[in-house]
Amino acid sequence: MTLTKEASATTAVARRSRPKLRRGPAADRDSRRRSRRGLTHWIVLALLALATLLSLFPFFLAAINAIKTAEDYTAHGPLALPRSFDLSAITDFWQNVDYTNKLINSVLISGGVAIFGTVISLFNAFALGIGRIKARRALLVLLLLATTIPQEALIYPLYYMANETGLYDTKLVVVIISSVLSSAFGTYLLASVLSSFPKEILEAARMDGASRWQVLRLVVVPVIWPTLTVLMTFFFIWTWNDFFLPLIMLTSNENQTASVALGSLQGQYTSSPTSLAAASLMGILPAVAFFLIFQRTLTRGAVAGAVK
Amino acid sequence: MTTSAAVHREARPGPPPPKAGEKGYAPYLIPGALGFLVVVLVPFVMNIAISFTSWSGIGTPSFVGLENYQRLIHDQMFWSAFEHSIWFIVAMAVVPTALGLFLAAVLFDYIEPRFGQRASSSLRAGLYLPQVLPVAVAGVVWGWILNPYGAINAVLEQLGVEDPPNWLGDTSWALPSVMAVLVWMQLGYGLVIFMAGMARIDPQFHEAAELDGASWLGRFRHITVPEMRPEIFVVLLTTTIAALKVFGPVYVLTKGGPGDATNVPSFYSYSNFFGSLQVGYGAAVATILTLVVILLAVVFIKIQSKTEGAQ
Repeated sequence: MTLTKEASATTAVARRSRPKLRRGPAADRDSRRRSRRGLTHWIVLALLALATLLSLFPFFLAAINAIKTAEDYTAHGPLALPRSFDLSAITDFWQNVDYTNKLINSVLISGGVAIFGTVISLFNAFALGIGRIKARRALLVLLLLATTIPQEALIYPLYYMANETGLYDTKLVVVIISSVLSSAFGTYLLASVLSSFPKEILEAARMDGASRWQVLRLVVVPVIWPTLTVLMTFFFIWTWNDFFLPLIMLTSNENQTASVALGSLQGQYTSSPTSLAAASLMGILPAVAFFLIFQRTLTRGAVAGAVK
Repeated sequence: MTTSAAVHREARPGPPPPKAGEKGYAPYLIPGALGFLVVVLVPFVMNIAISFTSWSGIGTPSFVGLENYQRLIHDQMFWSAFEHSIWFIVAMAVVPTALGLFLAAVLFDYIEPRFGQRASSSLRAGLYLPQVLPVAVAGVVWGWILNPYGAINAVLEQLGVEDPPNWLGDTSWALPSVMAVLVWMQLGYGLVIFMAGMARIDPQFHEAAELDGASWLGRFRHITVPEMRPEIFVVLLTTTIAALKVFGPVYVLTKGGPGDATNVPSFYSYSNFFGSLQVGYGAAVATILTLVVILLAVVFIKIQSKTEGAQ
């Protein structure tokens, strides 16, 4: 009984799948179905394009309202395309918060972290990945655990120590803390890269009498340079975007980063919507510029960071 | 006798290079170890110590034992902060992962074969762009769009809605509004990782299933989702941890308000540290948060290794 049922089921499947393989009388029906499917393709594409536009809409809104006059804004609302062209909102914002100074601070701090963070990561990874120090697994696990600790659980003692050492409200303290914190990820990434470093190259260098420092500087660094630049890009952008640490450590106007300056605007300019749009645009532009310049590095890095 | 033999063996110049190697490499760990000690380990221990004291940040802290933790148990603000964390996990981990996976599959094996790689990668870039914005900037942009006279309410008024809500200033609307902003910010992260992962799936699986007459949704459910399990795990883990730690968006958009409508543990500890100067209490909140985050990470990883072992 069961056997026949199964057998009939198989033949049914075979019968159903046969017309697909055979070209011929069914071709007409096929092409009609294909055109209907073609329409579905376009509908799916249109829906996705709509979702993407929605995701980009805030960028667009900031851009069109930053270059309007205040009168244009009040008369036609935030959604209308600008009928006037006026950069005064942008220049006002720029002068009010001394944005040049904020950008320089951000570049200095982020650049410092990119360099120091990468150097610390490289040294750690050299010892762990190539030196294969005992307990390296334990050390790597410790580092991973450290990255999960919320900054809130470290910030008050750090704030206190910074005050005691006179480093509070200096760019240096942010560079030091951020370099160490980001080197946890950097060490992890570079150690895994270096643990598969070709042994022959290292041995050849050692045979030639190279010291460890020479091996690091003349052999390892040139070979993994592309990875190091990815890491530097990462650290630069992370630090650029960082908010919590500079918010707490940099109180004076002259040391603040662009990110913190923009973050503390909220609620200040509610009476002048075009100024807020201008501020938004000035925050968006560097981020989008980084994105366009480093797009490949960043997406590759996001994936590497996730699968690490 | 034995010890001297051991010493003798160790001192012998010849081959055993690993030991000698280890010693030579150790100095390279000094900057990292020193930094780790000063920036992570000592502050971490100090924070736990502070949580057992009553301290305003000035003068000497006075030891109070478990008092801060006993107070936490009865503190309505503390519990509501963790309750909001669950909503932030929904907005930052659950929804972006589910939606990101679906959109990634549509882009990868629907749009790309039919409209080419250029179409799919520009759509991907557009959806990813919010991810690159600094939190503070995203906050300013949305704060401006959501303010009572902002873009959203301008649209609603044009559509004839009278008296549209004050999105960030209304107790019942603030949390959903912040959640919506976070979904917008987080979507691109999972999307990019899932699309990279999908390149790994053997196209023969899909081809075979297609020949068997499987629909797109069927293939998504039975091939894409199971094959993407490692990526889904990583994205869920990292975004859930990020959601528990969330600070920037809350600070910039609502400062935890109105009232405590969007208060979260990290913001609550911050406001105890630097607002009400109850440093000991803030440290206790931060310690509990750390515990929850580490516990969650361990549970996640346990589950993952169990399912891997089962397969």
